[in-house]
Parts: sequence; structure tokens; C-alpha cells
Amino acid sequence: MITFDYIRPATTKAAIDALKKESSAQFIAGGTNLVDLMKHGITAPQRLIDISRLPLNIIEQKGNMIRIGAMALNSTVAENALIQQQLPLLSQALQAGASPQLRNMATVGGNMMQRTRCAYFYDTTLPCNKREPGSGCSALQGYNRMHAIFGASDQCIAVHPSDMCVALAALDAVVVIADSKGERRLPFIDFHRLPGNSPHVDNNLAKGEMIVGIEVPLNNFVKHYRYTKIRDRQSYAFALVSVAAAIDIKENIISDIRLAMGGVGSQTVATNKS
Amino acid sequence: MSHNEKLLNDDCHNSRRGFLKKSVAATAIALAPNVIVKAAEDGLDEKAAGYFEKTNIKLTINDIDYSLSIEPRTTLLDLLREQLHLTGSKKGCDYGQCGACTVHVDGKRVLSCLSLAVMQEGKHITTIEGLAKGDDLHPMQQAFIDHDGFQCGYCTPGQIMSAVACVREGHANSPEEVRQYMSGNICRCGAYNNIVDAIIEVKRKGGTI
Repeated sequence: MITFDYIRPATTKAAIDALKKESSAQFIAGGTNLVDLMKHGITAPQRLIDISRLPLNIIEQKGNMIRIGAMALNSTVAENALIQQQLPLLSQALQAGASPQLRNMATVGGNMMQRTRCAYFYDTTLPCNKREPGSGCSALQGYNRMHAIFGASDQCIAVHPSDMCVALAALDAVVVIADSKGERRLPFIDFHRLPGNSPHVDNNLAKGEMIVGIEVPLNNFVKHYRYTKIRDRQSYAFALVSVAAAIDIKENIISDIRLAMGGVGSQTVATNKS
Repeated sequence: MSHNEKLLNDDCHNSRRGFLKKSVAATAIALAPNVIVKAAEDGLDEKAAGYFEKTNIKLTINDIDYSLSIEPRTTLLDLLREQLHLTGSKKGCDYGQCGACTVHVDGKRVLSCLSLAVMQEGKHITTIEGLAKGDDLHPMQQAFIDHDGFQCGYCTPGQIMSAVACVREGHANSPEEVRQYMSGNICRCGAYNNIVDAIIEVKRKGGTI
């Protein structure tokens, strides 16, 4: 691993300022993907800004929504009583992801920021437009049974591997993003990008911005819901396809429904508006 | 002599090498990028370490306090194995896929190969070496022996650390649940059935583990 500077700012503001100062700096929280990428030599930030201890791990109800801090651990969110009661679909999706050890390390913000698991992205001896723009896509003619079904381009057919994101897209979550000037909110389904001609850009986070939290509106999807994940083994594998489904039944009539698909594209495919 | 004193003494022994290290470090600090020195002066950062210098951290491993000098890129696994010679935690894949490096940090099971040591400052680490009380094996260690929960043994320290956490978390209520919550630990010998039996027995016996 190429060495780097390490700083651990005491406040969120100091962390955002630190990101601005060094163009190749990156935030690190759980590190479950970033350390992996650094060992492979796929990314080599000159400076790591440790944000894991920032006070951004609160899970609370605020009016008619639940706010989850970006630094909340995947395992903490999955087992949180409020989440299990009000957003059981999210809890189920989180439990379907990774392993218990990784869920104890990975944060909500980090889960969103993880890179694809396309094997060609990790193989630095082969071309990959996501890793090295303009070099070509090895997956197009390669072993691609786990690649995109929707939204792919002739530049990249990689998928985003998250389970958590599928549930959040289904549940109309909003991403709370901060920079040095203030906060903005982005619908969750607009956070990740389709590859188009710039597959190296995974999401719509601008330079100098930090994910500080997620807001999920309260809903009636607490009884009839299911996160289903099809994969090569029963646990600890990425999805070939996953589906987050939730329905609200009133007097034997489906009054509201949500469907979202994961493992099929670089962003979650949600049908909330149709 | 505590572990800590021993390490410090070892550090000071080879004086010529020690002198070189220290003078290089002093030069490195003098040449450190301004932003790091500035950040430290501002008091905005709890911790700052330049990429060509080592940084000092304090942490507790198996109830022993350590004060150590490490590079920012050192993983917790490399710190344990290479610097402290606690070789019980194994380097299987080194990419977070096999679970052989599983340790507990502040009571939670994590993968030490994907954890940067510098980020563990002030935390309490438990490794396989810290489970037994003297000559008395931890109940999970004994159960693995009783149920023949291994063949080659390479994955076993990680399996046992994960198994202890699995019971403590309350995820050992059925063989199916154990398989689900032990899926982050790979055993190429295929001792899975016996591992599940060992965990179920520890859970069934109850008590504090």
C-alpha cells in the first residue's frame, strides 16, 4: 500500500475544510472498501481524513421522518429498535449484505460510496474505463453474468453492489449532503449515476462535499415487505439480482406499493413513480 | 517488565539504527507539508501524521496497554503479527474475504486486515491470545476441540473469535442462524458442520462467555 498522510479532524466542519485543502484527499470511515482498493493500488489518496469518530452516528425520529447519521454502522442500523419497527425493509436489506464483521465496520455513508465489485475493475492488468478512463471495458466481452441489465453504456456495464441502497431507494430516502457553505438534499435515487461516457464518476457528490445523513419518510410499509436476494451462495455473496418490495394494504386493497431492484445497474432501479 | 516497557527498551537498544531513525524522523517533521503542521497547530485535528513519518498511538490489546510507533498505512493485522508477534490472528486473503483475521474491537468482531491501526487509537482489542484465562481454555476453544471443529487449523482463530461474538450477539439460536452469522469465516477444509455443533453447544450450556 502506498503510504499517505493521516488526519483525524475533531469536527465535521474541520473534516470538510481538510478535504478542500488537498485535492487527492479522501475520507475514510469503516475502510472496508477503501483499504481494499488501496492495497490493490486502484486508488492512492495522498491524505486520508478519518471521519469515523465524528458525531454523525445518531438514529432518531424527527417529525415524520427518521434520520440516520452517515457514520452509523450497518450493524447498528440493522439492529436499531426504531429501524426494526418503522423501516423493517431497511433492516432486512442490511442483514443481507456482507458479513457480520464487515457490517460492524461499514457505515451508512461508506456503503453508498463503495465502488463496484466488477472483477475487471479490481484487475489492474486489464483495461477498465471506471478505473482508468478511456482504457476500454474488459467486461463487455468478458465474464459478465453479474453485470448490468439496465442503464449500461458501451463504456461500462458495472453494477453498484449495495443491498442497503436498494431498500433506501424503495423507501424514498433523501441524502443529506454538507459542504463548507451548508447542506443540500438529494433524492436517494438520484445519488448514483448511470455510466454514460464517464463511468469513473459513480455518483453526484460534488468535490468538497460530505454525506452527513439519510432521511427516510415514515411510511406504512411495516407489515408487508421483503428484501429478496438471489446469489451464488446463501450468505456472504453479492447479488445477481435483489428486490426490495413493500406494499401497504388497506381494507384488502393495495393502496401503495414500492419496488426496487439491486445488482442490475450502477444505480438502484426503482419504480416508485410509475 | 511489562510488554510496554519491553517494547520501549527494545526500541532504544540498537543505538546507531535508533539514532538514524530519530534524525530521519526529525528531518521529516521539519519538512512535513505545511497543511499538516498547520492543522495540528490549529487544534482542529485530534491526530495528524505525515506520510513519511511514524505516529504514536496508545491502545489496549488483551488487557495490556501499549504505546506504539506505527506508519499510518499499517493495518491492525500487521501491527498484531509483525510488530507485536501476536501471530494467532491469521492473514488468509488480506482483502476482507476470508475472516481468518477476525478480532474484537471494543467488543465487536471486525476484520483486522481492513482496519488501519492508527484508527484504533484508545480502543480495546481482543485477539485469540486473549481468550483463555491462563491454562483454562475459553469455553468456545474447548468446544472446538470437543467437536473437532477444524482440520488444518488456519482459519480456527478467526472462527473462534467470530463464534464468541456470534453467541454474545444472540445469533446462535439455531444451526441455520449460526450458518448465516458465521458466513464471514471461510474454512477450506470444510469443518463447517462441526463448527456449528461447537457453537450450538456453547450457546446451549449458557452462562457468560
